[in-house]
Amino acid sequence: MTAIPLEGRARVFGDDINTDYIITSRRKRESLDPQVLCQYLFEELDPAFAASLAPGDILVAGKNFGCGSAMEVAVTAVVGAGIHAVVARSFSRTCYRNAVNNGLLPIECDTRNIREGDRVIIANQRGDEQLLSVRNVRTGESIPAGAMPRIMLDIFRAGGLVPYFREHGDFCV
Amino acid sequence: MAGKTISEKILSAKSGQDLRAGDLGVCRVDHALGTDGSVPMALDYFSAMGGTRVFDPKRIVFALDHYAPAPSRAASQLHQRMRDFAATHGILLWEVGEGIGHQLIVESGRALPGHLVVGADSHAVTYGALNSFATGIGSSDLAAIMISGRIWLRVPESIHITLTGSLPQGVYPKDIALALTKELGADGATYQALEFSGSALGLLDLEDRLVLSNFAVEMGAKNGIFPADSHTQAYLDGRASGAFAPVEPDKDAHYVREVALALDRLTPQVALPHKVDQVVSVQQAAGTPVQMVYLGTCTGGRVRDFHQALTVLKAGGGPASGVQLVVTPASREVLETLTRDGALAEFISMGAVIVTPGCGSCCGTCGAIPGDGVNVISTANRNFKGRMGNGNAAIYLASPATCAAAAVRGKIADPREVLA
Ligand code: SF4
Repeated sequence: MTAIPLEGRARVFGDDINTDYIITSRRKRESLDPQVLCQYLFEELDPAFAASLAPGDILVAGKNFGCGSAMEVAVTAVVGAGIHAVVARSFSRTCYRNAVNNGLLPIECDTRNIREGDRVIIANQRGDEQLLSVRNVRTGESIPAGAMPRIMLDIFRAGGLVPYFREHGDFCV
Repeated sequence: MAGKTISEKILSAKSGQDLRAGDLGVCRVDHALGTDGSVPMALDYFSAMGGTRVFDPKRIVFALDHYAPAPSRAASQLHQRMRDFAATHGILLWEVGEGIGHQLIVESGRALPGHLVVGADSHAVTYGALNSFATGIGSSDLAAIMISGRIWLRVPESIHITLTGSLPQGVYPKDIALALTKELGADGATYQALEFSGSALGLLDLEDRLVLSNFAVEMGAKNGIFPADSHTQAYLDGRASGAFAPVEPDKDAHYVREVALALDRLTPQVALPHKVDQVVSVQQAAGTPVQMVYLGTCTGGRVRDFHQALTVLKAGGGPASGVQLVVTPASREVLETLTRDGALAEFISMGAVIVTPGCGSCCGTCGAIPGDGVNVISTANRNFKGRMGNGNAAIYLASPATCAAAAVRGKIADPREVLA
């Protein structure tokens, strides 16, 4: 499971980043290996981006991150690049779900003041392990994040849906 | 306490609990679809989760639709893996050429009123037209369903969409879908349901409704559901795969938002590259040159869509020179109908490129990929940059009639002018 607090360099995107922009469907046709796919992340937006991405970077986006296709490689390819968290103003529901199922932390909060290259720290809000906040080192601002539903938190804490299912054999609410 | 929406009622029934919007429930899945775009990964998750047998193979179906026919060795190997797994576990698999999985779920009567039907593909929302609670999931959730038969779902709040009046000549359900996407925005219904109602439903039959439900996900919605009525019953007669009970909303159901659309005032709509919610009336886009006209997909690849396009094409004397007209029927049943009624021969005589039933180049994985600098106008649902396999092409979305008008003129044009 991803350890909190988590600190990293913000890599900033705009609104409505669909899963085809994260990884194109035709790449997935040829390989499902995250180590292969992560070389092509966001190539439709910037062919040089993937090479500039470093493990531990934190993806930051505007509203509706991961809209469009429900394809899960859009999450596993990001995980394959060594990314542990995505912070966005909002997520498409399928992308949010796929992220949790693969142990990628999706954080919903106001990202408007986060700039490319900012150092951000994702930490628990004081006294509540269910609530997270995102601190921007440059501005000193601490942005509260939306809470995750209980079952998602359980799946995330287990490390994703695979370890969760191996443990429980079913969903427990 | 307020009454319940259709979605609240179906998820309550499927979880065996009294659920309201915002509640979570573990629900029994009636049918689940996986495609060549999602099953290969689901099989990896299935093994990793310790899966050995599929809980009820009759509730699972696989479709080979996204890479059909397989354009490469790697894609063909994915198909092979799916065939092997399906044969071992007794799962029905729709072969290459049968069509788009969503269309086949509908045609085979697997999407039924009051049922919970999911698909490992975002356009599973299409089956909401049949009063099913239908939503898209990823591969890991599909694997969990294959093992347990269940899925956890958060019950969505519902947006009440009231359609009144009737569509003017030259205006079609796709125009309603585009107008709603403009109104709500690409994330206007995130985590929520669209529930359709209104006097216009009497004039929108099942085939029309599929277009609207299909588009629900373009507004971020979890599902887009219709009530069941005589149109639903008429479609399911002779098709339904099992028993079903229609689910109506309570009169005092609670909705988070009311959206009303008067169809009489609607005009043909066009979504501009590269955003589905960047929608204008056809007049504002008129004159844009197009080099490829794409008729097909789970939004606009059914018999009626091709007939509507053909009417405009014939009225205008066929496609202009320099326009590639691509026809990709959503299913073999659609192709067979077009063959029987002569429409296919007319498309062929107009020089159309006929592609195997399936997803075609909708998501750029096979079929007719546009070249650099090409403007495409398509009956599909997404126009993201690169969506059809080339980031240097631009995609416009419109109704089959508006696409056909563009084919006739070689540029975006109002179908009502071609029909006049
Ligand atoms: S036709 Fe297009 S939108 Fe529909 S399932 Fe296939 S790829 Fe997806």
